[in-house]
Amino acid sequence: MIADTAIVHHAHDIPHASAGKYVQIASILFLLTAMEVLLYEVCFGHLREGMGSFSVALAPHFVSVLLILSAMKFWFVAMFYMHLKFDIKILSWLFGFSLMIAFVVICALFVLFTYNRTLWWWSGTW
Amino acid sequence: MTAAVLDHDSAHAHEEHHTSLPVNSRKLAIWTFIGSECMFFASLITTFVIYRDSHAKGPGPKDVFGVPLVTAGTAVLLFSSFFVVMALNGAQQGNRKKLLTWLTLTVLCGMFFVGMQVYEFTHFVHEGMGYTTNLFASSFFTLTGFHGTHVAIGTLWLGTLLKDAYKGRIPPTKAVNLEIAALYWHFVDVVWIIIFPVVYLMSLGR
Repeated sequence: MIADTAIVHHAHDIPHASAGKYVQIASILFLLTAMEVLLYEVCFGHLREGMGSFSVALAPHFVSVLLILSAMKFWFVAMFYMHLKFDIKILSWLFGFSLMIAFVVICALFVLFTYNRTLWWWSGTW
Repeated sequence: MTAAVLDHDSAHAHEEHHTSLPVNSRKLAIWTFIGSECMFFASLITTFVIYRDSHAKGPGPKDVFGVPLVTAGTAVLLFSSFFVVMALNGAQQGNRKKLLTWLTLTVLCGMFFVGMQVYEFTHFVHEGMGYTTNLFASSFFTLTGFHGTHVAIGTLWLGTLLKDAYKGRIPPTKAVNLEIAALYWHFVDVVWIIIFPVVYLMSLGR
C-alpha cells in the first residue's frame, strides 16, 4: 500500500510518501499521543476514580504500555517522516547502529549507578 | 582571473557531491550527526531517570509538573513534523505557495514550543525549583534545556530556509537543503516523543 502511494519527484531522487500518507501518519501520531495522556489520566489522573477496578488493573502495566506507545510513535516518525522506509538501506543501518550504542550507554549508566549505590550503601554513606 | 576562479568555485558548489556511496554526502553527514545525538540524549535521559527520585530538598516531579501544558507542547511539536514534511513535499513539487505556507507554520510551531519551555522553566523557578535545588532539578533542566536549545537551533535553521524560500532560492533541485533541516527537526521531535512519557508521565505516575 505504501509503495502505491509513493511518488518520485526527480529521476535521481528516492521516492517519498505522498501528502495523503503524511496526513495519515500525523493522525496516527496524534491518536497515539492522546492514548498516552488518556492512559495516564485513567491510571493516576482525573479519570482514576470513575474507572474503578479498570484503573487498578491497568496501573501495573502503565510503564510498559507507555513505552510501547512511544516506540510506535518513534517508528512512524523514523520510517515515514524521516523517509527511512524509502531511503537507501545504509541510512537505516547507520541509525540502527547508533540506537544500539545508545542502548549500551543506557545499560552502562544503570549498571554503574547501581554498582556505586551498592558501594555507598555498604560503606554506610548512602 | 579572480572572477574566473570564483565562477569556477560557484559552479562546483552547485554540483552534486559524488561519493562512492549512492547517497547524498550531506544527507549521510546529517544522519551521522543524528546518530551521535542519539547517544548524547540517551545519556541525558538515563541520568534523569536515575536521579528522578533525588529530591529530598525542594520540590519533586509531582509538585511542579503539569500535564496539560506539556501535552499541548507535544502536540505542537508533532504537528510541526507533519508541517515540515508537507513543506518538503511542496519544495520537491516546485509548489512555492505550499512550501511557504507549511514552512511558516513549522517555524511558528517551533517558536511556540520554545516559548512554552521558557514559560515552564520560569514557572518552576517561581515554585522554588532552581537548577541547583536538587539532583532531580539539575538533571531535568539539563535534559529539557538541551532539547529546548536543539528546538531553538532548528527553528533558526528553518527560519533561514523560510527566508530563502520567500526569495525563491529553494527550487526542486535544491529541495535536499530543506530535507536535511527536516531530518534534524524530526530527530528533535523523536527525542521529545521519548522525553514526554519518560520524564513527565512516568514521573507523575509513580
